[in-house]
Amino acid sequence: MAATTTLAPPPVEEETFLDSNELVLNMGPQHPSTHGVLRVILKLDGETVLGADCVIGYLHRGVEKIAENRTYQQFAPYVDRMDYVAAVSNGLGYCMAVEKLLDVEIPSRAQAVRVILTELNRIASHLLWLGTHALDIGAITPVFLCFREREEVLTIFEKYCGARLTTHAFRIGGLQYETYDTFEKDCVALCDLIEEKVKEYHKLLTGNRIWVKRTTGVGVLNAADCKDYGVTGPVLRAAGVEWDLRKAQPYCGYEKYDFEVPTATNGDTFDRYIVRMQEMEQACRIIRQAVDSLPTGPIKGKVGKVIKPPPGEAYVSIEAPKGELGYYVVSDGSLNPYRVRVRPPSFVNLGALDKMCRGSLVADVVAIIGTIDIVLGEVDR
Amino acid sequence: MEQLLDNPYVQPLILTAVIILVFPLIAGYIVLAERKVLADLQVRLGPMRVGPYGVLQPLADALKLMLKEDIIPSRADRWIFWMAPVVSTFTALSAFAVLPLSDRFFVADVNIGILFILAMASIGALGLILGGWSANSKYSLMGSLRAAAQMVSYEVPLGFATITAIMCAGTLSMQGVIQSQLERGVWGAFDNFGLMLVPTILFIIAGTAETNRAPFDLPEAESELVAGFHTEYSGFRWALFFLAEYAAIVVISSLGVTLFFGGWLRPFPNVGFLELPLNTVFPVALFALIAFGCLKGVPKQPLFGFKLVMLALAGAFLLLAALFALPVTNTVVIGLFWFVLKLAVMVYLFIWYRGTFPRFRYDQLMDVGWKWLIPISMGSLIVNGAVQLLARG
Repeated sequence: MAATTTLAPPPVEEETFLDSNELVLNMGPQHPSTHGVLRVILKLDGETVLGADCVIGYLHRGVEKIAENRTYQQFAPYVDRMDYVAAVSNGLGYCMAVEKLLDVEIPSRAQAVRVILTELNRIASHLLWLGTHALDIGAITPVFLCFREREEVLTIFEKYCGARLTTHAFRIGGLQYETYDTFEKDCVALCDLIEEKVKEYHKLLTGNRIWVKRTTGVGVLNAADCKDYGVTGPVLRAAGVEWDLRKAQPYCGYEKYDFEVPTATNGDTFDRYIVRMQEMEQACRIIRQAVDSLPTGPIKGKVGKVIKPPPGEAYVSIEAPKGELGYYVVSDGSLNPYRVRVRPPSFVNLGALDKMCRGSLVADVVAIIGTIDIVLGEVDR
Repeated sequence: MEQLLDNPYVQPLILTAVIILVFPLIAGYIVLAERKVLADLQVRLGPMRVGPYGVLQPLADALKLMLKEDIIPSRADRWIFWMAPVVSTFTALSAFAVLPLSDRFFVADVNIGILFILAMASIGALGLILGGWSANSKYSLMGSLRAAAQMVSYEVPLGFATITAIMCAGTLSMQGVIQSQLERGVWGAFDNFGLMLVPTILFIIAGTAETNRAPFDLPEAESELVAGFHTEYSGFRWALFFLAEYAAIVVISSLGVTLFFGGWLRPFPNVGFLELPLNTVFPVALFALIAFGCLKGVPKQPLFGFKLVMLALAGAFLLLAALFALPVTNTVVIGLFWFVLKLAVMVYLFIWYRGTFPRFRYDQLMDVGWKWLIPISMGSLIVNGAVQLLARG
């Protein structure tokens, strides 16, 4: 790939005495902690970061273009391959967008199961984030503990729909499968487990002086900056903005459940860590309520075998584990979507990397990449 | 034969050869132990494929490393690149010369033994610096710069802690330090009414940093610098760096064991009635238990060779148990037993850190070193000196 990217000039106050002091360090795409194939070009003065430039696209598959050559149902599994860590959320967003085009009503049972599975996925996604984030900062044990718990979540997915990672759990109009016999019991048992294990992670990390020192004041992004960069999700909430689409514009029956939106004040890496940890607990809370009040009835709305929405457009955004995940679907009345545009939270949040990195050290860059919680499949699409 | 053994050069030469030949194997098994302990901390099994429970893994690793292609980056400074791992390994292994493995197993009892170890540890840093610098890679360079800064900073508290212990013992000879602990009837760590615990803890912290182990493993921080100073090394050269790292761990742990934990002395060396239970029953029971564990570990339908290796291991451990059961041999090896046991505990501590702590950041590492460890170690030197002066007159 030609080096077409250029670094933004460093701010004047950080200018060094001699230009020869600056070192351009290429991090990735094969670097162990860029979470896949992200390439970051760092401009350094010693170990201090003067600027960071992201090079993305190594995992670009043209997902949005593929949509135009597939029918609405055929495209549904593709969205799982964007944020493969939170495939269920992706599926939910896409299904909801097409359902909005079709203007169908989703049975309440299907909605409740969707909420349960999406929240389970949120837990799985946050567990993966926690493990890899801790690994980046040098704690090599939490990743295994997190994967142990994530395995339990994936087991539920596997029992429900047969797949573990790219689940394709939902269908346009509702669900394909009825829940299995011990679904409710498994979900409650999982909530018990997660609530207990989150306490264990707190013991392992939150009270650890090195962890606290490595994360507080690192990669600060205040509320105003978050809004400027369009950053959403836990990164935004850690800056003190109480903005969660599940509360702000409830979908899928989230208004029925009683839960809090965890926020913090400083907007640094430690706050984002705390916010995500609390989100896991809140997700458990939602799952418990949804399981308790799981209605009976049909699981699929009135959707024909052939999906042919009337011409028009629909934008639906949901609160994915990483932030606002939006789907903009345009129909020209044919079998295939005319255009599908995804608003991926990882991609937008990654834009703030340079801002967060400036003035910090090389070790912080790794922590910051981890704390944004990116999935390259979603960044590149 | 008698005459030959009386020659002062024979025993040290034999021991030197044994150390140089056997230590790579021991280092391999320390790596295996590390992997197994880490696996245990991380709800995994660790190596299980090569040999029963992975006991032959180090041999496979060594073979693989020796067969690997040796790559020297085209723009590297070839000679320095070639020399760096040699410097590291040579210095680390040289320090073994003065380690008092037991009352009768040591290469040399030099009257400046501790000084020699510290000097060798300092020169060892040179290997890392040269290795990183000569590779002509930015990651390596940053790793070696970190190594240089870190080792220089942490040698100071390490030195102060060592000086405190030397002051307490009154000698620079490794054997002399142990003798003085025997005479005073207390381990170095608990001398001076327990005040020596401060330099003991400082020594362990600074020693961890000196050997570039987690949480101070910044020179090779894999999540930031890929592999730090040895990013460009591969095959046997890389293995030499690895060997040097584990040799350094053993040397620093041995120094700690000697200075603060009584070296090859058994616990409570002056309490007579503990002689039998600690020096005979304990090792015999320990090895018998391990042998029993080896036998127990054979599955119902073992693979070919599995049972054989396990039986051989069990036999070896039973033989060791027998060695400690016979009074004649017991007196020869018991010092070694205690030394190795204490060493193993120290090494376990190093591994335990690695499984538990996140890594420090560069500036925080310097903060801890200069703002905390050095003032505390200087203070503890003064306080311990004053207490010693008042108490011993």
